Amino acid sequence: MMKMTTGRIDPEDLRAELLDTAAGAFVGFEGWIRNENEGQQVLRLEYESYVPLAISEGDKVIAEAAARYPVLHARCVHRSGMLELGECAVWVGVSSAHRDEAFKACRYIIDQVKLRLPIWKKEYYTSGDSGWVNCERCASHGLSHASETA
Amino acid sequence: MSKQLTVRYFAMFREHAGIDGETVQLEAGTAADVFHALKSRHGSSEPLGHCKVAINDEMADWDSPVSDGDVILLFPPVAGG
Repeated sequence: MMKMTTGRIDPEDLRAELLDTAAGAFVGFEGWIRNENEGQQVLRLEYESYVPLAISEGDKVIAEAAARYPVLHARCVHRSGMLELGECAVWVGVSSAHRDEAFKACRYIIDQVKLRLPIWKKEYYTSGDSGWVNCERCASHGLSHASETA
Repeated sequence: MSKQLTVRYFAMFREHAGIDGETVQLEAGTAADVFHALKSRHGSSEPLGHCKVAINDEMADWDSPVSDGDVILLFPPVAGG
């Protein structure tokens, strides 16, 4: 299940949603707002999204992960709006019987989310400039990941 | 044949165009035709291959056909996470 939110992400609450006595493993990923990108000192980030398609495409990604790997539960939550340094921008959690599929499914979800969902981020720098991030390194990683599993 | 299309812009495309959307009359067969026509109109330099498109709230391919009355969503390179 994919969710977009303007509110703060609480990993503990989200993790509790994945508890299952059949699960022997949980893998979580948190993407945080970092203070530097490509040599620029970052002050804050603004996320814009087209929510209807971010949710439907995110749901597809999670369904694909569940089809590839035998997971019990998988969730992804992504923020929109203005975020400060250190805040959690995206959370992915997967529970499964064994750790291997949880690691793989979590990696698949975050890579595809970054590659496919209509979400954009604008960085605001200490210099006073700002700029939209193209994230080509993430995209190239996601493409190679997709080709490995195709 | 000329088609009336509603086009919506996001993120850097919205900033380049100075508007978040418009209704246009275009000789366009595919989503790629729409992209190229509006790219020259609004002066964006982003290559098509880095961008994505949706038609009537469904993700689409650049060679997807467009029809009169469609809503075309033009997405610049995404950067979630």
